[in-house]
Amino acid sequence: MIPINDLFTILPALVLSIFACALLLMRLEEAGLNVGFALAGEALTALALWRQSSYAGLAGFLGSVILDPFGIFLNAACWLAAVFTILVCAHSLAHENEQTGDFLGLVLLAQAGMTLVVSGVEIVTVFVGLETAALSFYILTGFYRARPESNEAALKYFLLGALSTGLLLYGFSLLYGLTGSTRFAAIAARLEGRDPQDPVLLLALVTLLAGLFFKVAAAPFHMWAPDAYQGAPTPVSAFLATASKVASFALLLRLCAGPLAASRSAWEPLVVAAALLSLTIGNFAALTQQSVKRLLAYSSVAHGGYILLGLVAGNRTGFEGMILYLLIYSIMTAGAFLLLASFEKDDLGQFRGLLYRQPWVAVAMLVFLVSLAGLPPTAGFFPKYQIFLSLIQTRHYVYALIGALYVAVSLYYYFRIAREMILEPETPLADVPSPMGWRAAVGVASILTLALGINPQPALDWARGALR
Amino acid sequence: MVTLLLLPLVGVLLQIVVPRRNSTLAWYAALATSFCTLLLPLSWAASTLPGDINLPWIPAVGASFALQMDGAALLFSILTGLVFFLAILASPGKPATFYALHLVMLAAAYGFFLAGDALLLFLCFEAVLIPMYFLIGVWGSQNRQQAAFRFVLYTVLGSVALLLGILTLYLAHGSATGNFTFALAPLTQTALPWRGFAFTAIVLGFAVKVPMLPLHSWLPLAHTEAPTSGSVILAAILLKMGTYGLFRMAVPLLGGEAWSASATNVLLWLSAAAILYGGFAALGQTDAKRLVAYSSISHLGFCTLGLFSQNSAALSGSLLQQINHGISTSLLFFLVGFLYERRGTRDLAQFGGLAKPMPRLSLVFGIAMLGSAGLPLLNGFVGEFTILRGVFAVHPAVASFSLLGIILAAAYLLVLFQKTMLGPVTLEANRTLPDLRLREWLIVLPLLGWSIWIGISPGGHFRLLDASVAAVVKPMLAGGRP
Repeated sequence: MIPINDLFTILPALVLSIFACALLLMRLEEAGLNVGFALAGEALTALALWRQSSYAGLAGFLGSVILDPFGIFLNAACWLAAVFTILVCAHSLAHENEQTGDFLGLVLLAQAGMTLVVSGVEIVTVFVGLETAALSFYILTGFYRARPESNEAALKYFLLGALSTGLLLYGFSLLYGLTGSTRFAAIAARLEGRDPQDPVLLLALVTLLAGLFFKVAAAPFHMWAPDAYQGAPTPVSAFLATASKVASFALLLRLCAGPLAASRSAWEPLVVAAALLSLTIGNFAALTQQSVKRLLAYSSVAHGGYILLGLVAGNRTGFEGMILYLLIYSIMTAGAFLLLASFEKDDLGQFRGLLYRQPWVAVAMLVFLVSLAGLPPTAGFFPKYQIFLSLIQTRHYVYALIGALYVAVSLYYYFRIAREMILEPETPLADVPSPMGWRAAVGVASILTLALGINPQPALDWARGALR
Repeated sequence: MVTLLLLPLVGVLLQIVVPRRNSTLAWYAALATSFCTLLLPLSWAASTLPGDINLPWIPAVGASFALQMDGAALLFSILTGLVFFLAILASPGKPATFYALHLVMLAAAYGFFLAGDALLLFLCFEAVLIPMYFLIGVWGSQNRQQAAFRFVLYTVLGSVALLLGILTLYLAHGSATGNFTFALAPLTQTALPWRGFAFTAIVLGFAVKVPMLPLHSWLPLAHTEAPTSGSVILAAILLKMGTYGLFRMAVPLLGGEAWSASATNVLLWLSAAAILYGGFAALGQTDAKRLVAYSSISHLGFCTLGLFSQNSAALSGSLLQQINHGISTSLLFFLVGFLYERRGTRDLAQFGGLAKPMPRLSLVFGIAMLGSAGLPLLNGFVGEFTILRGVFAVHPAVASFSLLGIILAAAYLLVLFQKTMLGPVTLEANRTLPDLRLREWLIVLPLLGWSIWIGISPGGHFRLLDASVAAVVKPMLAGGRP
């Protein structure tokens, strides 16, 4: 008999899996019912997360899962992304004649996996969570069965994903071999005195980080991201670009601040290289993209670079900046991708003259773009500021400067979209449909982006509390 | 003072509520809002200044919503309110979005001029960027896309430097005193390490906006392509954000330290170069707006000259000259805009002899031109004279160089006047142009009145400015020296 405390620690995952199975099995015809049911599941998940938040420090399953403010914060970020995705997907799926129930079931299942990744502190638990999420994502990416690009994206993502899983697993097994334990705390204790330059440890680090960089789409392991984001159904792109990244970063942070903290000198150069490469490749590749989805994909690679810079700084401000960045990033990137979900095609030309046709849609997009570029008074400014601040505090002036200069580069491609919006169209384009759920998701995301820019205090307090 | 920031935002909401297609109603609403915001600083000028406001904003990092009012802030708020009101008055029949963008900028401009917190100041500095991008990009002339884009790119590059400077001060202050705060007064008035670096970064950030010499190339394009109200606001308010920012954040950092002498030396010579470069470039222009744009570079050279001279007379003069430039240049841009509305061109060759069909407009144009050129009894003279007198005391070589700028100003402005207003009417189309209308009189009269007021009796203005300058100069001379 499993003690009730143990079950309580994985309550969100339980709720999500039950709702996911129900959605997959019930096969409701009505799309609205499915969405309502999934949202009910999300509401219960939120309730579970909220209940959990008052039991910080509780560990379950012999210390495999832990309830801490950090995990709850990042789970909340994933939750937000999932809710936005659920709100928007119905219309896009109806357009492609695909099943809403299956889709939503997979979304919830992926989220269930991610809650385990975020709150897991044991290798096997985390790995099971990662794979649950990844398998769901493979299917979700190829969900438009009739569309070749969707299938292609799924296959690419699956093949590269399998490779990364292999790398990650190899790293995990080496870590286990070195320490004889799968629990992060025990691994940390046993790696304490070990020489960071130990070749076996180094091998473990390299493979682990390569696998994780793949998951967070950091260069040079980012190749799958533009293809997968572009080919996948747009709501899936939004979910994949945000929630999946948040969960993987949670694991990366837990590993780097826990078991691998002692060998910081060994992995720091790798993280620096990945961060700078992500910034460079992401920003420069985004410059010339014609597809807005690809542009956002490369921009998301660049954002990964900024978040990694917080890890390079490695102090309190840096970690705060990272998780704050993850939350804000989820809101603005999900918002931007989901706004795209209503567009028939994803090339830049679709935005031409949007300001005159549907000014509110254009304004919402503008808020996301300005925020992605990191200009105040939108939410995107503050996490970037925290990251730069942490870099300056730890005397990494050069990285701060590079990061700051790339803001100007990113401005160029974000404003290419803004520019299209104010150009007069040569041939009049049709209005994009704006179903209720889409309006709710995009509206809430843009209002949050703006409100957290003007008053970032609540988010900052929360992030600060999450690291206590 | 919070009302001052909230009123324009209420106005933005009004613009959203106004039914679409009803642009007259939107125009009235925008006029009413901007007029109400203008009344507030005017009433303070008539009675007493309101006390400072300090509300918690982001306590976690030590940023507060702090607004402070002094003589300089009061004059700049009045200028802001007046210019925005007139700019909206000059653009009837535009969609509600157009007015909403103006009101957002208005709120941000007030916030910038009153800010007592570096982060708030930075936020407001950035907040005008996006509305201006759309103002130029949507309602500008042929090359508007390029102009708007270049404007944003330059300013953001500057902002990055500015943020770096602010962060340096913040961290230096925090680690020296243990008090991490963004409040302007402690950041700028405590003797801190890294001051030279922060000074450079902050000057770079604001210099793009002023613009100072090597960073000016966005300005002629943006000014030329913007709609009339955009050019006016750009010249009268946004450029002032650069100089005013320098006054609030960079000038107090100067002091007895070794770097400050060499830094000011470089900046003074750059200012003198800007005065001459702007003057010569203006001489060669054939587009009326471009000419006024280059004249702005020259006039702002005087402002920065006064700012970096570390002399309280020149500093007061510089602040007054900033107000003067706001008055004269917006007047000139309005008048060029009126001509453009009538003829659809800004090419100087298309005009000539306009004094015959429109004697009143040419009279106003003449006064504006003379005010800008620095004729005694008009506003420009007072500012430039005070600056040069102050600079002569500390740096005679730079001052004598800059004197040439006054001659150049007279030359290019007279050329502008002569080519448009004087001589025979060469083109048939110009013969029947209507003279100033009532609305246009309403726009030019307040500016003309203010310009003559400053020219005849600048004493009241100087009294207001001197207190602000003293607050900057005293710590600059006392605190900086080890």
